[in-house]
Amino acid sequence: MPTVRLAFSSVPRYVRTARLVAVAVARRAGVPEDMLDEVRLATGEACGAAVARHRRHRIAELVRVEMSDDGPYVVRVIDACGDQHTARHPAGHDEEAEDADRMHEALLAALVKDLEVRKGEDGTEVRMVWPVRRRLSGI
Amino acid sequence: MEDLSLATREVAGHTVVEVRGEVDVYTASLLRERLLAVIDGGAGRVVADLRRVDFLDSTGLGVLVGALKRLRMSGGDLVLVCDNEKLLKIFQITALDRVFALHSTVEAATSPPAG
Repeated sequence: MPTVRLAFSSVPRYVRTARLVAVAVARRAGVPEDMLDEVRLATGEACGAAVARHRRHRIAELVRVEMSDDGPYVVRVIDACGDQHTARHPAGHDEEAEDADRMHEALLAALVKDLEVRKGEDGTEVRMVWPVRRRLSGI
Repeated sequence: MEDLSLATREVAGHTVVEVRGEVDVYTASLLRERLLAVIDGGAGRVVADLRRVDFLDSTGLGVLVGALKRLRMSGGDLVLVCDNEKLLKIFQITALDRVFALHSTVEAATSPPAG
């Protein structure tokens, strides 16, 4: 299965790396050019939120990103911040972060038509899907 | 952090903060620090010139909204200069185009209202 995997520590500068990789793989997978900005922004949003969650709740584990193009282009962003962590280390009140969270949700919902967010005991998975244009083989 | 650069200048009684590069989860703190320094320095009418910004995420939007709230509490305002379709779309999606005054030039942002 053609899949690219990336795992990075919860440091904001690596979100940019994840964005660049997601767009490079999307381009190679055949995602239309006019959708690459959406891939860039949505992947950045999902990874940025994962990093923020890890930092807010003091989680040392890596954030994982999986990009798969054996059908449509699928990007999965998986963090280790589940219900057990948010209960153990609740985040303090931060108005700016709460505003940013609302805008993050609005952006993801608007940018990604095929979006699935699963929150569980052990973490959160954001799954985003974009269509691809298949190239004819041999041309 | 060479991915974001900031320059501040005075134009017609406004403090204009020119932002270049990418405003994201990594660099938003620099923008926050600059805007807070400008506001704490006494500026009431602040313009953020975003025409050379090529990436803006929700963290950056949160910083802009935070600065706007702080300014409006003291009778000031933050207006934005943006002529980039990609960024304008982000303001529309988040409905912030109804919260901020958006202009396409610094001249328009710093001109007194007509009438």
